[in-house]
Amino acid sequence: MTQMEAPAFNLVQVEKSYRNGDVVTPVLRQVDFSAQAGEMLFLIGPSGCGKTTLLSILCGTLKADGGEINALGKALHRLSEREFTDFRAHHVGFIFQQFNLIPSLTVVENVALPLIIQNVSASKAAARACELLARVGLADKAAARTNQLSGGQQQRVAIARALVHDPQLVVCDEPTSALDSATGHQVMELLREGARGAQRTVIVATHDPRTYGYADRMAEMEDGRILRVLNTPEEIAAIHRPH
Amino acid sequence: MIRVALKMLLGAPEQYAMLISGICFSTILMVQGLALGIGVIQLNYALSTNVRAPIWVGTPLVASLGDNQPLRDTDVGRIRSVEGVAWAAPLFVGGAQARILDRGGLSKSVTLIGVDTATLAGAPTAMLAGSLQDLRMSDAVIVDESVLIRLSFDPKVPLKVGDTFEMNDRRARIVGVAETRQMGGGTAGSVFTTFDRATQYAPGQRKMVTFVLAAPMAGETAETVARRIEGATGLRAFTEGEFRASTVKWAVANTPVPFLVGIIVGIGFLVGTVISGQTFFTFIIENTRYFGVLRAMGTQTTRLAGMILVQAMVVGAIGYGLGVGLISVAVAFAPPTLPLVITWAALGASLVAVLGICGMAALLGIRRMASIEPAIVFRG
Repeated sequence: MTQMEAPAFNLVQVEKSYRNGDVVTPVLRQVDFSAQAGEMLFLIGPSGCGKTTLLSILCGTLKADGGEINALGKALHRLSEREFTDFRAHHVGFIFQQFNLIPSLTVVENVALPLIIQNVSASKAAARACELLARVGLADKAAARTNQLSGGQQQRVAIARALVHDPQLVVCDEPTSALDSATGHQVMELLREGARGAQRTVIVATHDPRTYGYADRMAEMEDGRILRVLNTPEEIAAIHRPH
Repeated sequence: MIRVALKMLLGAPEQYAMLISGICFSTILMVQGLALGIGVIQLNYALSTNVRAPIWVGTPLVASLGDNQPLRDTDVGRIRSVEGVAWAAPLFVGGAQARILDRGGLSKSVTLIGVDTATLAGAPTAMLAGSLQDLRMSDAVIVDESVLIRLSFDPKVPLKVGDTFEMNDRRARIVGVAETRQMGGGTAGSVFTTFDRATQYAPGQRKMVTFVLAAPMAGETAETVARRIEGATGLRAFTEGEFRASTVKWAVANTPVPFLVGIIVGIGFLVGTVISGQTFFTFIIENTRYFGVLRAMGTQTTRLAGMILVQAMVVGAIGYGLGVGLISVAVAFAPPTLPLVITWAALGASLVAVLGICGMAALLGIRRMASIEPAIVFRG
């Protein structure tokens, strides 16, 4: 990756506020942000600083009030609701803090969901889902129900689900906060593999310092603004070095 | 995605069972209500099922088969003389009291039907025992099965062919048993005899011809000849179908049947809508996160709406099938005197109502689902 490459994701002067009656609370204030293909970029900062909102806008689950969002050559801020949904189906993988696996489906059915949404045949989707499950070390759990798995296993299933349709962007919201340290590192390793192997952008919103060492770059947020961007391993190491 | 929708539905077994029970109960209420309504309406025109004739003629005021506005004896001849009439025969229909002397004078009301003495036109079409021709024997009557039971002390030992009873102090001997549909209020059985004998069994009245039955000549239609009879005699003539339709129309307009059926069907619809709608809405609410996940992962709203519709319709189909099955079994084992008739029309109407219930439940669910922000998935 070089600084000369055009960013895969580029946000310019993005704003977002939440309204509750007459009270308007700004959550993002003129945020400029970019991410390259193949990099693992962390959004850090205290709770309520706007990490999740920025993540939601980046992946197209939330519309910004203002600014420009350019992703993979598309102006997301100009897309219709239907186009937005289609963008997410084809280009975005999701990893959530609470895993959000559907409990009535088996593990392999959960992993195959993004392909089913894209109308891939059930047999092809299942075969591809099994491949991904093997990659995250859960091939033997394909037919299990998600509630039969541990938290770490569920998060690995979620990673398989996020990667099964080969998206260019994977968004992760606090992916390790519900996991113990060892499992958290396993999950982050898998995410790093997922990012580097396929020139995929992985954006992680977290305030778990145990994971900071996996970041290629890091954007620190506060009060809806990006305070600074840490671009080098040394800068990142400095921020996550134990006091 | 249909498979995913069904698995999500089956993944909530309590709600799934509740939804099916709601639709099932609603179906039972609606089908039973309609079956009762149709059964009671059919009682009103059962005479035209028990006595078959292509053309029925009554006074100009007659609107239903239950009307008793007798014609003059001479009207039979007038009708016979109308062009295109092959035959015309008098029919007596009236109430009578039947008494069994050797059993302490037990008295029950029956419907007495007097058919043409010469031709037996109007006689029952289906015999369970005995012969129609035996009606020509002295004191002969043909009764239906309910009369055999109603006139006996012990329902387990019904009367039989050869037994006798009295009507208007005159002896009547059972020579046959006919298969009939219940008539009127469903409480009186039918006793068939000849017209001449009926005039003796029935309490005396000046005019005894209730209807004149007639048939068109070959090459003529019943409709044409009926209109011709009306034109020539000033009487009211119906084809069999017209008379039934007119009777149904009269019953709908003049009896509380539609109101009562409406209440039962309405309650069924309401119960189904409330139980199923509420349960389905709860199901959607409890699955809000997962619908949010599906939306976030790129499932179009229309597709999710289709999933919800499929879930509702599957529940509807199973609940409806179960309900129809249960009410059919209940009707099959119900006493034959109960006027319950399940028709395809009743099943069709109930199905439409169930589809309506499921459609409404689905609509509530779809509205809820459509309001879910995909970004909800990022909330803890």
